[in-house]
Amino acid sequence: MARALPATPLEWGSSRRRWRSVFLYLGRNRSLGAGLLLLLALFTLVAAGHAFYDISLAEPLSASPGKPPSARYWLGTDKQGRDLFAVLIVGTWLTAKVGLLAGFIGVVIGTILGFVAGFFRGWIDAVISLLTDVFLAVPPLLILIVIAANIQGSMSTDAMVWIIAALSWREPARRIRSQVLVMREAGYVNTARLNGTGSFGIIFKEMMPNLLPYLMVSFVLATATAVLASVGLEALGLGPQNEPTLGMTVYWAIHYSAFLLGMWWWVLTPVITLVVLFVGLYLVTAGLDELANPRLRTGGAR
Amino acid sequence: MIRVLKRLGLMVLVIWLAASINFLLPRLTDRDPIEERLAQALGDSGGSAVGIEEMVEQYQAKFGTDRPLWRQYLSMLADTARFDLGVSINYFPDRVSQHVLTALPWSIVLLGVATLISFVIGTFLGALTIWRRSSAWLARIVPLFMVLAAIPFYLVGLILVYVFALVLGWFPPARGYSVGLNLGWNPTAIADVAYHAVLPALSIVLAAIGIWALSMRGMMVTVQGEDYMNFARAKGLSDRRRFWRYAVRNAMTPQITTLVLSFGNIVAGAILVERVFVYPGIGTLLYNSVLLVDYFLIFGCVFVLILTVAISLMLLDLLYPLLDPRIRAGGEAHG
Repeated sequence: MARALPATPLEWGSSRRRWRSVFLYLGRNRSLGAGLLLLLALFTLVAAGHAFYDISLAEPLSASPGKPPSARYWLGTDKQGRDLFAVLIVGTWLTAKVGLLAGFIGVVIGTILGFVAGFFRGWIDAVISLLTDVFLAVPPLLILIVIAANIQGSMSTDAMVWIIAALSWREPARRIRSQVLVMREAGYVNTARLNGTGSFGIIFKEMMPNLLPYLMVSFVLATATAVLASVGLEALGLGPQNEPTLGMTVYWAIHYSAFLLGMWWWVLTPVITLVVLFVGLYLVTAGLDELANPRLRTGGAR
Repeated sequence: MIRVLKRLGLMVLVIWLAASINFLLPRLTDRDPIEERLAQALGDSGGSAVGIEEMVEQYQAKFGTDRPLWRQYLSMLADTARFDLGVSINYFPDRVSQHVLTALPWSIVLLGVATLISFVIGTFLGALTIWRRSSAWLARIVPLFMVLAAIPFYLVGLILVYVFALVLGWFPPARGYSVGLNLGWNPTAIADVAYHAVLPALSIVLAAIGIWALSMRGMMVTVQGEDYMNFARAKGLSDRRRFWRYAVRNAMTPQITTLVLSFGNIVAGAILVERVFVYPGIGTLLYNSVLLVDYFLIFGCVFVLILTVAISLMLLDLLYPLLDPRIRAGGEAHG
């Protein structure tokens, strides 16, 4: 758990030295380095697949159904005649898209709410904090199930983005609020205020640059949460029925009892891809947390 | 006392929110979801049309579509307060509550046992990593659990099914008990149920240990920097005593907070575990009702889950003072 701490301004050198120090830092911050490497590998595969592989094979009935991995179909095909390697390429992209967009919307809304609450205090803080607390007390997947069940038939990945964004502002709002609460009492903010800087200048010139690391952590966290929620909804069968997202692939595989049919490749392909995605996102979050919160560094983080 | 009231208020708000969302959502679309859904469900399941008019009538009387919106809203709240969750479309004329109550014990026992095991192991491991930096195997195994915690329970479950049920054949791949088993409080039945529960429980435990270990580690870091830790060392207290009575004791309270906060996510995550293992709990019921577009059963399951989470969070909060004498004295908790 990250704790609110006074932000220390980041020191940036010249551009070349900056890149060198970035790589040196990645060598030291092993979880950030490993996480970035995992995600980079996954997305290189996806990008290369989009460029060089026939992704129309991800459509049902485009390949001969139920074939184990072979030279022709690298990861085999499912019962509905999809090439699972093409599904991996298209599905990872769709799943990442939902996560990134929903995470982004959530962070923008959450940051505004958290900032307003933390900066202006008073009744508006009370209202926003109560709202955040109430929504935080609800397991998000449960509310999402009720929403998704209502528009089940016409679900698409775009609708998915908005449904998930409807709940992904909560964590960023709380995180940013507690950070702003600490920062507004910090020395450099007081100095700026005494120098006659207006609220606008304090917010955008003094506080925003120092909030940046926290925004980054919040964004990755929100993305990971959004991917988790979307895959969960899809695995329950509430996702887009016609798009081969990773979660829907898990759903179809369970639905048709792929394991009992001996089609282990059908289950393991989306599951292992998702595991790589989740572990990568987790490592990046943990690494960014360490970057934003220097106290963890002395805490024996390995 | 203020804490308790605040907690209660929050719980009521959460329940009210859930009920309101359920009220609002079907009304945001201009279609008649009830009629549409009933017709669709009957068409899908190929069930007999017996009682469909009766059902539509019953629901329309219940929602009272002709009355003003605020009156509909109030009567819905009154229904919810009486735990009247309506009638299932698919199992008409069974009440939703009847099906939910049959499934609930399965989920509660599976989840309760799994959470307890992972909490104890995870907290202990998390505390030890900070305490004994020299131990090499701990330094390797704990980060592994933390990485495992990033993976949703049901994906861990799918991998476990593949390895332990299909490749090795040690455990049954699905279901909560053997076909034809006489359920009851006899040793055979209990052993059979426990045998079937191993893999689902294990997939929750494996993925949850890391959550507890991670937060406990963070707490121990903070506690170790406190003055009383140095003081205890200066007094010459034994390593063991400082670990249990000073460090773990003080790091435990925030750890319980984490338990409280993440309980909801664990419950939600377990839904899909049940789905993977076709476990006869509420997750499977929910999945089946999604499949059959039984909106009332869907909401019933979700509502009961939210209620369970809200109530257990409140109970945990009430137990808090037993753990931390500082709160018992009447002072507000730090944050």
